[in-house]
Amino acid sequence: MTIEVRIPTILRTYTDGQKAVEGKGETLAGLLDDLDGRHPGLRGRLVTEDGALHRFVNVYVNDEDVRFLGGLETALKDGDSVTVLPAVAGGAR
Amino acid sequence: MLTLPREMVDAIVAHARRDHPDECCGVIAGKDGVATRVFAMENAERSPTGFTFDSAEWLRVYRAIDDADEDLLVVYHSHTATEAYPSRTDIRWSVNTPGASWLLVSTREPDVDEVRSYRIEDGEVTEEEIRIT
Repeated sequence: MTIEVRIPTILRTYTDGQKAVEGKGETLAGLLDDLDGRHPGLRGRLVTEDGALHRFVNVYVNDEDVRFLGGLETALKDGDSVTVLPAVAGGAR
Repeated sequence: MLTLPREMVDAIVAHARRDHPDECCGVIAGKDGVATRVFAMENAERSPTGFTFDSAEWLRVYRAIDDADEDLLVVYHSHTATEAYPSRTDIRWSVNTPGASWLLVSTREPDVDEVRSYRIEDGEVTEEEIRIT
């Protein structure tokens, strides 16, 4: 099983500068655990200590925001594509 | 210094006025420091005091910029009742867009256009001049 994960520029310090890495997992959570083994620290930028998806990132599976799918429990299959982007927000408040 | 064509500045102010009283948001893509195109985006929060890039739209915009070998030159948004100056929230989120200027429009006055731009690095805000061509 192989899943391609595209990494935004600001997180490429965790992937030796690579813009895409490969991993495997039955769920997004499993995939991130798998990636953390080869790219230490990456998971920590995507998942909080409470085990929730970090609000500073958007994660997409086949171009769909996982917040509208199953979050970290989103099921994955071979050939799926995962994209990580920095979230952008702000405002006067 | 940020150099922008008059039409881009006008488009951004028009966007801010259109979305008022909610904050508007968007980006300007650039190549080698030269602004190429504006992406007026959807504020998923639809709030007068905050904005969030719609996640599906952000993926499309991010890819369009990347595919064209352009960079994120500017992140812009509006403040609807306060000055065109980065808030603490803006400063916190700016770490996600390193290298991009943060441009603010204030729509607090109906007949005064306040448009200002900033570099934010390590939590420090430095205003930059906007040169309009």
